[in-house]
Amino acid sequence: MSTTASARTAADLRAADAKGRTGSESKAGAAGVWVDERTGLAKGAAYMMKKVFPDHWSFMLGEVAMYSMIICLLTGVFLSFWFVPSAGQIPYNGSYLPLQGVIMSEAYNSTLAISFDIRGGLLIRQIHHWAALMFCVAITVHMLRVFLTGAFRKPRELNWVIGSILSMLAIVEGFAGYSLPDDLLSGTGIRAAEGFIRSIPLVGSYISYLLFGGTFPGEAIIPRLYSVHVLLLPAVLIGLFTAHIVLVMVHKHTQFPGPGRTNENVVGFPLMPVYTAKAGGFFFMVFGVLAIISALVTINPIWAYGPYDPSPVTAGSQPDWYMGFADGALRLLPGFLEFELFGFTWSMNVFLGAVALIPLMYTAAGVYPWIEAWVTGDKREHHLLDRPRNAPTRTAIGMAAFSFYVVLMFAAGNDIMAIRLQLSINDVTILFRMLVFVVPVIVFWVTRRICWSLQRHDREKVLHGRETGTIIRTAEGKFFERHEDIDAFERWPLVAFESPAPLALTDGADANGVSAKDAKKARRRVAWSNFYFKTRVEPVTPTELAAAHHHGEHEAISGGSAPAAIKHDKHPH
Amino acid sequence: MNALAARRRHPAAIAILLFLGLALVGTAYSLLAPKPAQAAVATAADAELGKQLFLANCATCHGLNAEGTKSGPTLMGVGAASVDFQVGTGRMPLAGPNVQAPRIDTVKFTEEQIAAMAAYVASLAPGPAIPDAKLTSGEGGDVALGGEIYRVNCAMCHNFAGSGGALTRGKYAPSLYGVDGRYVYEAMITGPQSMPVFNDTNLNPEAKASVIAYLKATQAEPNVGGMTLGNLGPVSEGMFVWIFGLLLMIACAFWLGQKAA
Repeated sequence: MSTTASARTAADLRAADAKGRTGSESKAGAAGVWVDERTGLAKGAAYMMKKVFPDHWSFMLGEVAMYSMIICLLTGVFLSFWFVPSAGQIPYNGSYLPLQGVIMSEAYNSTLAISFDIRGGLLIRQIHHWAALMFCVAITVHMLRVFLTGAFRKPRELNWVIGSILSMLAIVEGFAGYSLPDDLLSGTGIRAAEGFIRSIPLVGSYISYLLFGGTFPGEAIIPRLYSVHVLLLPAVLIGLFTAHIVLVMVHKHTQFPGPGRTNENVVGFPLMPVYTAKAGGFFFMVFGVLAIISALVTINPIWAYGPYDPSPVTAGSQPDWYMGFADGALRLLPGFLEFELFGFTWSMNVFLGAVALIPLMYTAAGVYPWIEAWVTGDKREHHLLDRPRNAPTRTAIGMAAFSFYVVLMFAAGNDIMAIRLQLSINDVTILFRMLVFVVPVIVFWVTRRICWSLQRHDREKVLHGRETGTIIRTAEGKFFERHEDIDAFERWPLVAFESPAPLALTDGADANGVSAKDAKKARRRVAWSNFYFKTRVEPVTPTELAAAHHHGEHEAISGGSAPAAIKHDKHPH
Repeated sequence: MNALAARRRHPAAIAILLFLGLALVGTAYSLLAPKPAQAAVATAADAELGKQLFLANCATCHGLNAEGTKSGPTLMGVGAASVDFQVGTGRMPLAGPNVQAPRIDTVKFTEEQIAAMAAYVASLAPGPAIPDAKLTSGEGGDVALGGEIYRVNCAMCHNFAGSGGALTRGKYAPSLYGVDGRYVYEAMITGPQSMPVFNDTNLNPEAKASVIAYLKATQAEPNVGGMTLGNLGPVSEGMFVWIFGLLLMIACAFWLGQKAA
């Protein structure tokens, strides 16, 4: 059933197109012809329908993000029918008794109405919010998948950058939505955001005045955030998302190495009918899961928070999880980073974590493809993915960066941890201050070691087969475990990878003894290349495999493993 | 009047006026100042039994005459309300030194024994008395007003839903779920552990009753949105979406991937 799509020539397409036109005698065919004659869509549609996608569960993480976004858009439209983005104060008169007669903003009042008085409103609101959280989760794991498999390499660097921007905008969009209902928590969030903006050196207070139309809270911020949340950011998100998908179509989807899969083809199923059914079905599964969660589990019980008023605040005021890393960084930064200079207050204790970290982190992610390309000097296109273990240093860098992110995210819950685990919040904070430096280093070291050992395990498996657990006693009384050879299909992914050697430093001087202009740069590059590739495990070569098999025929025991091509050019660790 | 006016420059006039002024203010204050609600009259016999219990269970830390030691504060002036709160919620007697006395559901004493100890401590020095049941039942309180008072005064430590919150160095504001209105009231007037005192000039008895009414009303509300995840805010929601949301999505993706293979 699986087909292999290679690039089709335009002539082929035209021929197929013409055949389709003449051969359509059914009503649907006639309708298709009618549309095609007026729009010329048939050619493109036929091309799209034959587009082939490879199958792997991890390729669907991006789809989860896409569907969650669509669900947010759909439910958001429903919410916008009733939400009133206004800070105008009115007394509550709805059906939630504990708030009867309380003066509140129209925004909060209408959110309460959606939750209690509009049929299905609470369910839709909860789907909207859970889908937003799921959107950010799916983006994060999708990014991890793309990074760890090396899918960002040429020609997909730009799409990686677009994805990184999408990821950053998604959290801003989420934060704007979190701030709209004007309940105690969301108002506290806006209050915190106002403080963050003010911490921007020199211009912070001006920006804050511009955004809020005066001092906090004012009446302008809710309608403005609403425009940003329902107009500006969705438009940008959809635009970038479209570009993201179009580029996936242009580049064709990457695939894991396997028998018959090359850098020039894509092995999988065509869009029509298989992937349309699969992806369409998956949309409803995602929708179903989110609907079930939303029907069973409360999210953001705004009625319990009560209306916002600048004086109260609740214990456990946290942002939604995707802003957690910035909040965590803010909680960890020591107060002494605030100082006065040239008559200004420089609140680095706030600015670094709550403002600067977000663009910095995404910039670091965005430029990584170029860093790695510079180190490897690799200018080739890559359509075959790396199994994470086969790029140990990249995998370790990715996991270290992610662990840094996770530590910061957990730090945002320091008070919840303190009370739930009966710890001192001071100790928890101090612990996290240490962990944020220590954990990434440990994770880097451990991940790289795990990758190497997995690679060595792969070698063992290829050379000596799978351990069967069957113990055999020979006539002489010797015991050995029978190993079972793996078949060629299983062997392929274990041997089909590259293990680049670190660059070696050339002399650096030409024939006349004049040192090269960029000798320093070359030395730097060699150092980085060594950092990436110094310790490496090479894939089993056909010669080695043949030798191992030969060896096996005579002895049957494969106890002493061949110390084959595991390279340690002076082990650094 | 003339006679009085003639004496207005008498050397004693200023002293007499000061005395009269002080007497007036003092009398007015004693008449107008909020009085602690008085509990059922404790008998001398109660106090005697209370003293016995005190000596056997409390004196080790609080001293033989409740004067306080290095391990426990003096109980002079803490009042019957304090004893009723601390012993009635199982916080006292303290099982072991800790940052804070935890609420323990198995209370060590009977109602009568607690009342006797309260009477004994109250007999040592005046202090807040056990509040009247009609203020602590939560009935008749203004729920909406109570909510506003709660959000301004209580939510910062006890969390918006009364789930509790962390304080510094391992101390915490405990959960308010299922806490009897009487103990809520007593906590407000006695300020146990890290809690501030909300006396009657700060929050009058009606306001306190409204806070209790609000807590009762919100705790009696059905969970309209489904499971509450502990009402802890976005942290538990984030954890849920990462664990269950992502797991379900991956399970679906995995199943679908297997489907066509």
